[in-house]
Parts: sequence; structure tokens; C-alpha cells
Amino acid sequence: MVNILKRAKPRLAALASCLLLAAVTTGSASAKDTIKVGVVTFLSGPAAGPFGVPGKNGAELVIDAINAGTLPAPHNSKGFGGATLEPLFIDESGGGAKQVAEYRNLVEKQKVDAVIGYISSGSCMAIAPIADELQKLTIMSVCGTPRLFEEKDRSHVFRTQGNAVGDSIAAARYMIEMFPELKTYTGINQNYAWGQDSWKFYSLAMQKLDPTSKASSKPQFPKLFSGQYSAEISTMLLDKSAVVHTSFWDGDIEAFMLQGMVRGFFQQKKLVSVTGASAVDSLGKKIPDGVVIGTRGKYGLLVRNDLSDPLNAWFVREYKTKYGVYPLAPSYQYAKAILYYKLGMDKAAQAAGGFPSQDEVMQSLKGISFQSFDGEVSMALAKGRQAIHPVGYGLTKWDAKKGEPGVEKVRFYGAECINPPEGILSEDWLNAGMPGAKCN
Amino acid sequence: MNQILKNDATIRWAVLGFFVLAVAGYFMEAWVQNNIMFGLARGLAVLGLMVLWRTGLISFGHALYFGIGAYVVGLVDRNFGISDIFLRLFLAVGASAFVGFFLGFILRKYRGIFFAMLNLAFSMVLYGILVKVESLGSTDGFSVSQTTILGWTPENKYALFAAIVFVCAVGAILVQCYLKTALGTLTTAIRDNELRVEYLGFSVARAIHLKYIMSAGLAGASGALLAMALGQVDPDSMVNWPVSGELVFITVMAGPGSVIAPFLGGVAFEFLRTYAFELAPEAWQLIVGATLLGIIFFLPMGLWSLLERIWKRRGVSS
Repeated sequence: MVNILKRAKPRLAALASCLLLAAVTTGSASAKDTIKVGVVTFLSGPAAGPFGVPGKNGAELVIDAINAGTLPAPHNSKGFGGATLEPLFIDESGGGAKQVAEYRNLVEKQKVDAVIGYISSGSCMAIAPIADELQKLTIMSVCGTPRLFEEKDRSHVFRTQGNAVGDSIAAARYMIEMFPELKTYTGINQNYAWGQDSWKFYSLAMQKLDPTSKASSKPQFPKLFSGQYSAEISTMLLDKSAVVHTSFWDGDIEAFMLQGMVRGFFQQKKLVSVTGASAVDSLGKKIPDGVVIGTRGKYGLLVRNDLSDPLNAWFVREYKTKYGVYPLAPSYQYAKAILYYKLGMDKAAQAAGGFPSQDEVMQSLKGISFQSFDGEVSMALAKGRQAIHPVGYGLTKWDAKKGEPGVEKVRFYGAECINPPEGILSEDWLNAGMPGAKCN
Repeated sequence: MNQILKNDATIRWAVLGFFVLAVAGYFMEAWVQNNIMFGLARGLAVLGLMVLWRTGLISFGHALYFGIGAYVVGLVDRNFGISDIFLRLFLAVGASAFVGFFLGFILRKYRGIFFAMLNLAFSMVLYGILVKVESLGSTDGFSVSQTTILGWTPENKYALFAAIVFVCAVGAILVQCYLKTALGTLTTAIRDNELRVEYLGFSVARAIHLKYIMSAGLAGASGALLAMALGQVDPDSMVNWPVSGELVFITVMAGPGSVIAPFLGGVAFEFLRTYAFELAPEAWQLIVGATLLGIIFFLPMGLWSLLERIWKRRGVSS
């Protein structure tokens, strides 16, 4: 046995190195009737469950439908500018530096025609300069940091999701409209960029919209993914604030809700969760009624039972049939980004009378408005690269008849009510008291 | 020093190898060039870890110095607009060696698991600070502007590639020279029997301290080069514990056999990850892990021992 092993070792190693070499030398070729697109989303780690996998499913569903030409009108033309899209799924976990390396691989090794995806703001900020450097059309689907376009002009980057400022302003408007008597608020947010931003914009919006409201001096910033919140819950129970704002997501929101429920936290405090809808499904009946839940757009929980829009109806039905669960916000967000790419390709192909160049596609993507699975989206900001769309909130309400979680008192706030006009930084606009906001 | 430079076979091979690589890089596809660049940059930190490993010490916290190097490059770029590769590198190495010098007073007293975990603790302190401080970019980090070389702004990545190859060659040669000095030859002696080394009249604590500072400086240079190659720094990919783990992973994969091994290991790791990512986007960690297991079982002295074996067999047959 030992002998065999001894003899086998060099051979095994030689075989391995041959394989490696062979793999290095095989290139890739693509014809004009298929296009290759990198789709980046969390496939491992804590963000995969509530964000990455629903996002991937949403993308897959819509890519298949577009390739087959089975989307409902007006998007029922076949293919992307006539071509079939071949997605290459890539894992987003591991930090910005690894993402940059993988992005380079996608562009330079796989020679993709475009890259669509990215959930974390960190990834988006890391990828944007590289996208411009490598001159590759890149559509960001989920990340929310306003810094993406406000810090710098981008040449090859687009984003179909509204930024974190809109989410926070909508939350503040909802609270003031529905619970005007609750004047004091505190927050529990993960101590990293998204949590810090979300709390900053929420408290700014509250100050401006209702100057009599008062923020707690002790907002909580626990560590990301810490999972244990008993100390924070105790602190907030002693705090006089009536409202608790949170931008928790993933396992953190579930852990927080479970730990809060057993201590009667939600009977004493009104929770506003900016993006906690994934927890509503996983906690099911355990989730208390009356929690304010948002989905960052006309997505998921807030619209799953309102099937008046034919695109949304199609999406909910097909997704549920294929995957056995309801689509979550990331499913919509990825689907939207894919659809947006298709529309740009179609328009450019029509104008060019053939397969369009990347510049032509980007030109036709700029500034368009379109009907997506989440209603009207218009690329109104950052010189036609940043989308605005309505954002809404609702109250959780257990649907005893269907035996599944539901929502009531859903309110959506128009895109122009929660987003600044073109050419002004979100934070400046908020500080100036949101001049020119069109709310109805 | 001159004697070593002239007579050492490893150095001759290293010079030749790096020179060939620098020339070959010009003809490579951009993504191959990139992967090699990242691999070499990481190899520099692994070189430092290898010196510690030969002394019998494993550090699970060298992401601390790796991160310091990367963040120094990012910060001097953002705050002072310093873009020259050598100036950036000098500051990064200086900062990380400086921190290594102070922490070395504590760490040189510990061995084995205590040394490994204490390093980890220090690196996680830096991680905690970076994540909490918004002005340092928090979890998002920030981007690093393009690197210039002595006032010249290169048009493509090849110049940076060649510069990185050059820096790695210098690093490998300096470490090889160090290993040939009296203090350097003590490296394995310390691992085998500290007491005897003391009886020979050398201070073990000081020898370890010096090696520690060296490894810190190398890790700093490594982080700095990677930050320049990527154009981005963030705590998760520069300072968090998996980064330290990766460095140890490459050290074990490469093996302690030679100062060239870390660079080989770094490049092999980069390609391994790229292909694992491509083949199994949902289970790429599994492939990477299985490879390490395979190497530990079949090549306990790392990839380098494979080359050595091929080398020796050739020598015998010819």
C-alpha cells in the first residue's frame, strides 16, 4: 500500500499540474447570437439565504423567460437584442478586494458582455472604479449607498435600485403619517456602512419632517452578525423612545425579533424595519402584528397579494411555481436589472439595425423609464444612470385565512417624494428640508 | 553578503526566474497577468510567514501587518495624494515594521498556539477599529488611485506587474541573504532546541524579535502591493481573520523549502481560487479546502517538495 502511494504521488502531482495547465490554456469563444453576462450575488455566507439565493432565482427566472420570449407584454420580444443570454453566476462573498479580482476575471478572462449584480455597498464601491477602468457595462442591482454616484461621475455604471436615502425618507414619512403621536425614536443598526447610513438619513428626515420629534441620545450599534442583542434590548427598554428604527437584515433581524418577542419588546416599542421582510416569511406566525416593514420598493411582501399589475402577477406566479416560495425583494431587484439590460439591448439593436456595440447599448440605457415587475422605474438621477422608484411600508398582520404572513395599511411614496432632484447631493437636500419634493 | 550573492544557487535561480517572469508577463493575457500579480504580492507576506514557520512559529494574525500596509497606501493616497510605488511601499513597510517592533516585545515571549492566537487578537483589534470608524471607510473601504513609477504614469498594468516582480525578487534575495547569515542559520536551530541556542551565546528572544519585525515588514509590503494592484482597500479583504488564514494556507501549500516557494504558492493559490470560483460558484471553498487536504496528505512539505523531487530524479538519471 505504502509503495503504491509512493509511486502514485509524483504521478498524481504531475496529473494535477497538467490539468491546471490545460485549464489555463483553454480559452472561450462566443458567437454573436449568444451574449455572456456575469451575474454576481451572494452564493455562500450569511447573506446567501435572505439575499443572494432569492436574487439568483429572480435573475434565472427572468433570463429564461426572456430567452424564450415568454415575458408578458410589453416585454415579450425574444432575447436580448435578439441574442440569447448565458449567465455566469459568481459568488459575492469575501470582501471588496476579492470581488475586484473576480470582476477582472469576468471581464478579461470570460470576456463577458456585461456584469449585473452586487448586493453589498462595499462591493459596489469597489467595483465601480474598476468597471470604468475596464470600460465594461455594469448594472448594480441591490446595493444602496448614495456615495456610488454622489462621490464621483461614472462612465460605465448603472443602478436600478434607489439608494438608502429614499428608503429612510419613506420610513420617516410613513411613521409621521401613520403614527403622528409617536414623537421619540431610537435605533438599532449594525455597525457598518449600511447601518450607519440608514440611521443617519432616518434621523435627519425625522428632524426635518417633524421638528418636534426627538432622537434618543443612545442609538444602538451592535456588531454585524453578532446575533445576541439582550444588552441592547435592555438598554432600549429603559430608553423612553417610542419608536425603534432598524436596518437589520438576514439572521440578525430574525435573532433580534425572537429575542425581543420573549421580552415583550414589540408591545412596548414600535419597530420600523427598513429591509426586514425576509424575516417575516421565515418567522411566520411568530412575528408580532403591527411591525412596520419595508422592502425598499414595490417588492415582495408588500405587493405579493396585490396582483393588479400584470408584470407583478406574472412574476409572483411563475416564481412561486418554480421555486415553491414567494419572491423576496432581491428577486425583484435582480429581475429588474436583467429586464433593464434587455430593454437597452433591444432599443440599441433596433437603432443600429444589428447587434449593437456597448456604447450604443449604454446610450440607450441612459435616462429611460420602463415598466418593471415593481411598477414604473425611471433612470432619473446621476445623468440617467441611477433609478428612482416608489418605496413603501406596511404593518405586519398574520393572515389566518391563508395561514401565511401578510401586511395591512401599505403606503407607497412616489419616487419624486423621497428622492432629490438631479444635481443635488442627497444629504444636502435633506438638510435643506427636501425642497421640491412632489408628494401627493 | 557579496559572497552569498555570488555563490548561492537559489539566488541565481531566483534572479533568472523572476527575470523570465517579468519578460513573459508582457505577452500574457490581462487576467493571467492580474492573477500572477496578486499571487506574487501575497507571496511576499508568505515569505515572512515562512521564516517564522522555520523557527517553529505560526501566526494567525499577519493580516494585521498586511492590512496596515494596504491602508497606509490608501490613506497616503487619499490624504496626501502620494502615488509613487516606491514611496508608498516605503511608508507601508515602515509603518508595519514599526508596529511589529513594538508588538514584538510582547509576542517574542510566546510560542505555539499562544503566539498564533495572540497575533490573531491584535489583528482583530485593528479590524474592529477599521469597521467602526466611518472616516476610515468603515466596512466599505475606499479606492486607491492609480500607481505611478518615479513620476511616470504607466498606460497599462504591465508596468505595475514588472515593478511587483522586481520588488518580490528583491524581497526573496534579501531573505535568502539573511538566512545565510549567522543569525539566519539559527532559524531552524531555535525550532529544534532553544536552550542550546542560548548556550551558544545567542539571544533567542532577540532572534525571534528580528524575524518578527521582518515578517511584519514583508506582510506590510505585500498588503501595499495588493492594494495597488487591486485599486481598493477594505477591512474584510485586507484585515479580517480569513486573510490571515489564507496566508497560512498558502504557506502550508507552498512549503518551507525555499524562498521562491512562497511566490509559487501564492500564484498557484490565485489560479486555484479563480478556477474553483468558475467551476463551482456555490462550493468553491470546498475545492480550495480539499486541495489543501490533498497537499497535506500527499505533499507534507508543500508544492516546493514536488519540484525538488522532480529535480533530484532528473539529477540522478542524467
